[in-house]
Amino acid sequence: MAYSFPDEVLEHVFSFIQSDKDRNAVSLVCKSWYEIERWCRRKVFIGNCYAVSPRMVIRRFPEVRSIKLKGKPHFADFNLVPDGWGGYVLPWIAEMAGAYPWLEEIRLKRMVVTDESLELIAKSFKNFKVLVLFSCEGFSTDGLAAIAASCKNLRELDLRESEVDDLSGHWLAHFPETCTSLVSLNISCLRSDEVSFSALERLVGRCPNLRSLRLNRAVTLDKIANILRRAPQLVDFGTGYYAAELQPDVFSNLAGAFSSCKELKSLSGFWDVVPAYLPALYSICPRLTSLNLSYATIQSPDLIKLVSHCPRLQRLLVLDYVEDSGLEELASSCKDLQELRVFPSDPFGAEPNVSLTEQGLVAVSLGCPKLRSVLYFCRRMSNAALVTIAQNRPNLTRFRLCIIEPKTPDYLTLEPLDVGFGAIVEHCKDLSRLSLSGLLTDHVFEYIGTYGKKLEMLSVAFAGDSDLGLHHVLSGCESLRKLEIRDCPFGDKALLANAAKLETMRSLWMSSCAVSFGACKLLGQKMPKLNVEVIDETEPPDSRPESCPVDKLYIYRSVAGPRFDMPPFVWTMDEAVRILH
Amino acid sequence: MQGGGGGSESGSLSTVSREDNMVVSSEDSSCPDESELELGLGLCLGGFKMHQVSRGGQFARILTAKDFPSAISASPSPSSSSSSSSSSSSSSSSLSRANVTAGTKRTADSVAAANSSSQVVGWPPIRAYRMNSMVNQAKNQTTEGFNSTMENHKSETSTVEKGTTGISSYHNSGNAKLRKSLFVKVNMDGIPIGRKVDMNAHESYEKLAKTLEDMFLKTTPNVNPAGSRALELGMMNKLTRSSKLLDGSSDFVLTYEDKEGDWMLVGDVPWKMFLCSVKRLRIMRTSEATGLAPRLHERNCQRQRSKHI
Repeated sequence: MAYSFPDEVLEHVFSFIQSDKDRNAVSLVCKSWYEIERWCRRKVFIGNCYAVSPRMVIRRFPEVRSIKLKGKPHFADFNLVPDGWGGYVLPWIAEMAGAYPWLEEIRLKRMVVTDESLELIAKSFKNFKVLVLFSCEGFSTDGLAAIAASCKNLRELDLRESEVDDLSGHWLAHFPETCTSLVSLNISCLRSDEVSFSALERLVGRCPNLRSLRLNRAVTLDKIANILRRAPQLVDFGTGYYAAELQPDVFSNLAGAFSSCKELKSLSGFWDVVPAYLPALYSICPRLTSLNLSYATIQSPDLIKLVSHCPRLQRLLVLDYVEDSGLEELASSCKDLQELRVFPSDPFGAEPNVSLTEQGLVAVSLGCPKLRSVLYFCRRMSNAALVTIAQNRPNLTRFRLCIIEPKTPDYLTLEPLDVGFGAIVEHCKDLSRLSLSGLLTDHVFEYIGTYGKKLEMLSVAFAGDSDLGLHHVLSGCESLRKLEIRDCPFGDKALLANAAKLETMRSLWMSSCAVSFGACKLLGQKMPKLNVEVIDETEPPDSRPESCPVDKLYIYRSVAGPRFDMPPFVWTMDEAVRILH
Repeated sequence: MQGGGGGSESGSLSTVSREDNMVVSSEDSSCPDESELELGLGLCLGGFKMHQVSRGGQFARILTAKDFPSAISASPSPSSSSSSSSSSSSSSSSLSRANVTAGTKRTADSVAAANSSSQVVGWPPIRAYRMNSMVNQAKNQTTEGFNSTMENHKSETSTVEKGTTGISSYHNSGNAKLRKSLFVKVNMDGIPIGRKVDMNAHESYEKLAKTLEDMFLKTTPNVNPAGSRALELGMMNKLTRSSKLLDGSSDFVLTYEDKEGDWMLVGDVPWKMFLCSVKRLRIMRTSEATGLAPRLHERNCQRQRSKHI
């Protein structure tokens, strides 16, 4: 057939295709589709900032408006990645400043952002709208002031869980009086106690489209009512301190302010909660779908009271003060629950300080038919409980269990928890993320390799007996993208035997395992499309025999070749670079 | 190697590995009566809670989290009863060095290491952001605040107390005073990357200096506590020396910039007063510090000369 659609028509059709996977598929159909698609791709997601270079992205996609980048490996969250490892965003901003003058959105996760980068963003992108810095670091409120001052159409400024050098609260005053475009502002991570509250109030008051506002701890309870009254259209609100001496007028003011927020569906914050102030929330509880109380040191009875007012709750984050009794109440009140995260209040105590066991999780798995995502810290578990959970909830997609003491066995039988986790992977056919803990042998990996066909991310610690464990995972898990392992007896054999698999994954992290330096070099040599990086803060890996295990190993696929911003304690196994080093 | 995590643990493994043993079973550490690390494949079931740390400084086996019972727990765990007090305290200290060896947001780890039990690095897997938040909360919870709520909720008194105990394990402070966090920048001469430290997480100059030494001085080759032989050296140093940064015995001294912008030697004024005036810290080369409070420096040198190093 000689007809084909004009490019503009195809472009129009492609504009309805938003998902990256679909876009990638479109680009593979034929050369002309590849060309058309690349010119009209507006959003790019780069899961590993070192997998590709900014130039390559710009060359292929010249008209990008929105970019999302991730930097450090996930285990950086737990201090396993030393300072200075990398993940710098400046080179990206510098290249995009020239190539994408119409860039609107930058979303970063686990990257090092400097004030210089922020200033460059502020002056380079005239239509800049969205800045999300998730778990980033390296910048101060000076950089934020630059963004506030220059970005006339700023819609979102979200600093969630970032580490900010909080020099002063006055950066908020840099938002010009003409700025009325804010839709989302999240400053909950700012630590300083000086927040220019009047500037904040005025800003909130003049942004009629503000839907999401998360304050930091500097904002005291008595001020919350003022803010809420200026923004009754809020959908998501993060309180500051929720503690003060109980005063009836403050209480009624607060309760009134909350009740005027008819759209409010999501609450967070709640540092230092005085339980007596919780009833101020009761008027909005029936509408709440998301509640983050994971910093609130309130006890089970207060939690139960609150949660029982929230029948529509879909997402709950809470400390283990909720106890089994609280979770049983949750299971009976909140039938829409999809996600539950229970964090430990006393992670370093040897003895349990609360009555939270596997029973709570079993109750929720039984009572909440829509439960999909679980993060659960506890101190004991049994195979029986895990099997029950798996059978109750085959619709689980994310299951992260952390039994606080490493290598804890089934408390009833003293056996490893292989069978329990095996049941999870076997029954939960759509499981995409799994974190293991407790006493585990190679058998659990056999189950995972056999059943975990949709598994994309696996976290392993203090588990397994031999290379066979790693081999099961690498050879069996077809969808595996990210694998992170610490303190397991996995060595060279499984890694080298499954080298090709590594090119199909985003990354592999192994620390305190048994992979030798020689094997790392071999991998680096044989697999040019992989960056094999060894991290060792004590001494160069080649100052020891080749058979010595490396301390930390990070392997990721890349089309950009080895990186050149490595600190002295990171060694690339790329042969050419190593020889030059 | 298992269990230890962090740079120092690989150091001990490499000592053993030089003896041509390679693959380590994670269960091996559970075998009692091992004076040498037996490396090889295979399960070693039963008695996994019992450990023996071989005496005499040399680590012949990999340390796991079980070797380091929490300081909070009332009853000693089996692992502590089987290890000698000197080796467990020195291993605690080496592990607390290991804690601050690796990591991006180290404030949390340095606090955890400084106060309570030495823990395996990065375990349990709690994000540094959450750890920092909980630390700050523990410091901010006033007894007065809880007293006023306790009047209204008498029935929950015991549970409220339970609550405070839990959170204070993040910051091991029995009497939580009303304090906010006080992060100041710390730079060390010769190191381009600065760090930040929470002054309020330390109750004394000694504690602060130790944290800073762990953060910075480990990068100097001869004062590196985290290598294999250095591990033992570090342990011995830990037992014998006081803070080098404060007593003038190292090549570096600790200085601070006060509210007036002057640079002073750390240690002159009472700790609380220091907290009020410190703006940032600098670990300065001793050679450059001669302009600062000369009398104090001299005094320190004299003290050092008479001290047994």
